[in-house]
Amino acid sequence: MPNVESFDATFGMLWSVGPEVGHLAAIVGFVAAIILSGLGHLGAATRRRNWVENSGSFAVLQLVALVVAFILLVHAFLVDDYSVVYVATNSNALLPWYYKVSAVWGAHEGSFLLWTLIMAMWTFAVAIAGRRLPYQMYGRVLGTLGLLNTGFLLFLLQTSNPFLRLVPNVPTVGADLNPLLQDFGLIVHPPLLYTGYVGFSVAFAFGVAGLISGRLDATWARWARPWTNVAWAFLTVGITLGSWWAYYELGWGGWWFWDPVENASFMPWLAGTALIHSLAVTEKRSAFRSWTVLLSILTFSLCLLGAFIVRSGVLTSVHAFAVDPERGVFLLVLLGITVGGSLALYAIRVPAIRSRIAYMGLSRELFLLINNVLFVVAVAVVFVGTLYPLAYEAVTGGDKISVGPPYFNRLFVPLMGLLAVFLALVPVARWKRTPIRLFRQVGLLLLVSMLAGGVFFVIAILSDRVLNTSSIVGVVIAVTLALWLLLSHTADFIQRKGARPFGYLGMLLAHVGFAIGAVGVAITTVFSHETEVRLSPGDTVELNAREYQFTSVTTVNGPNYVAQRAKFDVGDISLYPEKRTYLARNSVMTEAGIDAGFFKDLYIALGEPLPDGSWGVRIQEKVLVRWVWCGGLLVCFGGLLAVMDGRYRRLALRRGGLASAVKVT
Amino acid sequence: MVSSLISGMLATWIVAVSTIDAFEFEDEGERLRYNDLIAEFRCPKCLNTNLPGSDAPVARDLRRTVYRLVNEGMTDDQVRRYLQDRYGDFVLYDPPVRANTWILWFGPPILLLAGILVLRRIGSRVTRVFLSDDERARLEAIRKQ
Amino acid sequence: MKRTVFFAPFIGFIALVAILYAGFHLNDPSHLPSALVGKSFPPFQLDELSSGKVLERQSLLGKIRLVNVWATWCPTCLHEHATLMDIRRATGISIVGINYRDNSEKARRWLSLYGDPYDFTIVDATGDLGVELGVYGAPETFIVDADGIIRFRHVGDVNDRNWNRELLPILESLTDG
Repeated sequence: MPNVESFDATFGMLWSVGPEVGHLAAIVGFVAAIILSGLGHLGAATRRRNWVENSGSFAVLQLVALVVAFILLVHAFLVDDYSVVYVATNSNALLPWYYKVSAVWGAHEGSFLLWTLIMAMWTFAVAIAGRRLPYQMYGRVLGTLGLLNTGFLLFLLQTSNPFLRLVPNVPTVGADLNPLLQDFGLIVHPPLLYTGYVGFSVAFAFGVAGLISGRLDATWARWARPWTNVAWAFLTVGITLGSWWAYYELGWGGWWFWDPVENASFMPWLAGTALIHSLAVTEKRSAFRSWTVLLSILTFSLCLLGAFIVRSGVLTSVHAFAVDPERGVFLLVLLGITVGGSLALYAIRVPAIRSRIAYMGLSRELFLLINNVLFVVAVAVVFVGTLYPLAYEAVTGGDKISVGPPYFNRLFVPLMGLLAVFLALVPVARWKRTPIRLFRQVGLLLLVSMLAGGVFFVIAILSDRVLNTSSIVGVVIAVTLALWLLLSHTADFIQRKGARPFGYLGMLLAHVGFAIGAVGVAITTVFSHETEVRLSPGDTVELNAREYQFTSVTTVNGPNYVAQRAKFDVGDISLYPEKRTYLARNSVMTEAGIDAGFFKDLYIALGEPLPDGSWGVRIQEKVLVRWVWCGGLLVCFGGLLAVMDGRYRRLALRRGGLASAVKVT
Repeated sequence: MVSSLISGMLATWIVAVSTIDAFEFEDEGERLRYNDLIAEFRCPKCLNTNLPGSDAPVARDLRRTVYRLVNEGMTDDQVRRYLQDRYGDFVLYDPPVRANTWILWFGPPILLLAGILVLRRIGSRVTRVFLSDDERARLEAIRKQ
Repeated sequence: MKRTVFFAPFIGFIALVAILYAGFHLNDPSHLPSALVGKSFPPFQLDELSSGKVLERQSLLGKIRLVNVWATWCPTCLHEHATLMDIRRATGISIVGINYRDNSEKARRWLSLYGDPYDFTIVDATGDLGVELGVYGAPETFIVDADGIIRFRHVGDVNDRNWNRELLPILESLTDG
């Protein structure tokens, strides 16, 4: 535990005005953002090189200011300063110190400060690493980032200030962090997710800068790609972590619910996947320009829409922040100006800049275009499903309708199946034209996969599991396609002559990750086992040829809770599901007992105790569930690996090539 | 953007797991049918949770009702109709296919079809990547030098 | 491609903003419209709270009734209680109670302590009648006409404001018609 007390003793008076200094620091950050936008955009427009070069310093100032503000908020939590409203509503003296720190981003105001901090970090990174960009592009990218953070910080200071004090009625006891958030997941999931989420603003800024300057060519794409890939990788891992967290925290074994808040993070990911692939084509062939820039605008717009959905209360979700119409309207205005402005810019500028791709034979370009179409339709599915209840209620004047997993699964899964088919063919496709003979081998691999799929089908039918045939068929298709993908990528890897650059390896890894994730999803959904029973200590129940013995229940004291901890013995393994009562809010929570494994998880959750000492118990055997998140992690690593490709480092040394010799503004 | 955070202001302290009902079924098939069905219905009182995920009293009652109906031999569609007649469309997570939900159900497939058509049109033109207007202008400028 | 096609995303976005803005003016998400308006009150066979007599759908016919779903564990029901007593005194309208998922002993004590505005109270201990009525919480109030058709469902407590604004006009239109 960091020794805050002695620090305080030395700087007592200073620290007591920490929140005010933090507030001031946020204002300094706001001003820095304004100046950054001005110097960046105006410097580029009026060709004042020195203005643009100085704008970088304001990116540094913005970062320093927000780091200071953030540290001071963390400090307020660590010292239990309940005069700060935000601390009083989200913390408690009994909370372990690491949860006090993560409680900073446990609710709206603090998490939004984290958002602006991460925005400042990205801006800083671009300011430093982008110095070799042509100065007008540099100025416009930084200027756009500055404008975005001006809007965000204005929102923070106007409607969501985490430093507000409540004097003179300072509460003596904090309201405590919601027990569901007192968990490792809260420590890592939001920062990683935000890094990805906010990181797409860089792609957006490059898009806007490209539209203003009139360059959306191969070089522009090469600059934009690494930033976009890194942001996308972070968003991938953020979503993966969120799913894993929900699985072990919520107690009933589900890991994705198509909830509006989950969809709010998934839509940018889908659009972002289309974007990173579209950028590849623009970089390699200087084509798809209007597609790519539209996707860069679309992806970030979906990030802003996501922030709106989560923080405005317009959509009902158990995961959303508190409802506050004033915030909602502000965010809507922010969304309107940013997205409306960029789409208008797009409509006006793109006709002159766009390339027109004509013929595309069976080529990599065609496959990437198919990829674009499929992912945009996927965005449409999630978008329509998420917003339909809202539109329906508004248009019918009060009738309510619900759209949930049955809808999303029915439309999304076949789409992904279609994608998987093309994904398996991808290693074969060459730029511009693909010789037909290359398809012969991959066709053979398809036959092998179908054979394996057939065997799997027979085994599944013959087992004495009670399952409906359509589910089994679905799983067989998924497994066949995944195997085909694996085989085609492996074959390509082995047969490749010449170098295997990181860009290529990253692609392989990410695609294989997708296949593994798909197999995990299919199998865990259909082939897991479950039972619900009432058990008393000493009882045994059998599930899938495994004996689960309910051995005992003991009372356990945690740092800020009291728990009934059950012990279950399954062969050599013991599981300890708990029922916790958190003292501060007197709320009851379940902690599942999980035995994690590569091929299956054993998952036990307690229900309610009956007066006679028996408990409701749900036992599940989740087959291959870890593959879902392993797949996600592999996808993330693939994305990061691709960024380390030597091309980008060499680019930093080069000066942008001939295209920069003739500038069009 | 946070995927799983709950604000301290929410009045509902949502307990993280439903009460476990421990119903008995004639066979595994019935139990599977029951489990699949209750996951399709929305708890009318909760903030977007399905029946198994909620321990609100009405969710408990609805689960018990579905159990009774499944035991009485009702088909899945009959059970859905039963709940829909009493609680409206809201309680169905699988929205009905009607005139006023056609955008929901047919919008994305139509978009996919449109995408396929666009792809086919592109795939049938002549071989070259054209320069954009601006690039052509620049090329002329360089040529003139 | 014509230049105007590039404005399509912009136009689509404007439509989205309009929908999102409309979202701020929608009803409370916890107020569900009832699926039973215009349909007949469901059949049932349950005990009366104080007399133990068996009640059926028949028992409601013949008069316009306010059917009020309440319980002793529901704090809002206590708030609404005084209003119901006033309404009973002022208009003489027939109010019928449904004691929802409650303990009958506690319910009887509650009524003797705070007063009984109900002509009679139906005991729905299991909540099954509630399910038939599409009830999802307490308190809720239904307006049922003399033929046993449900005309309106109000969610939440009945107070002076919503009584005068929503419920009274409907009752008046029923008595006139």
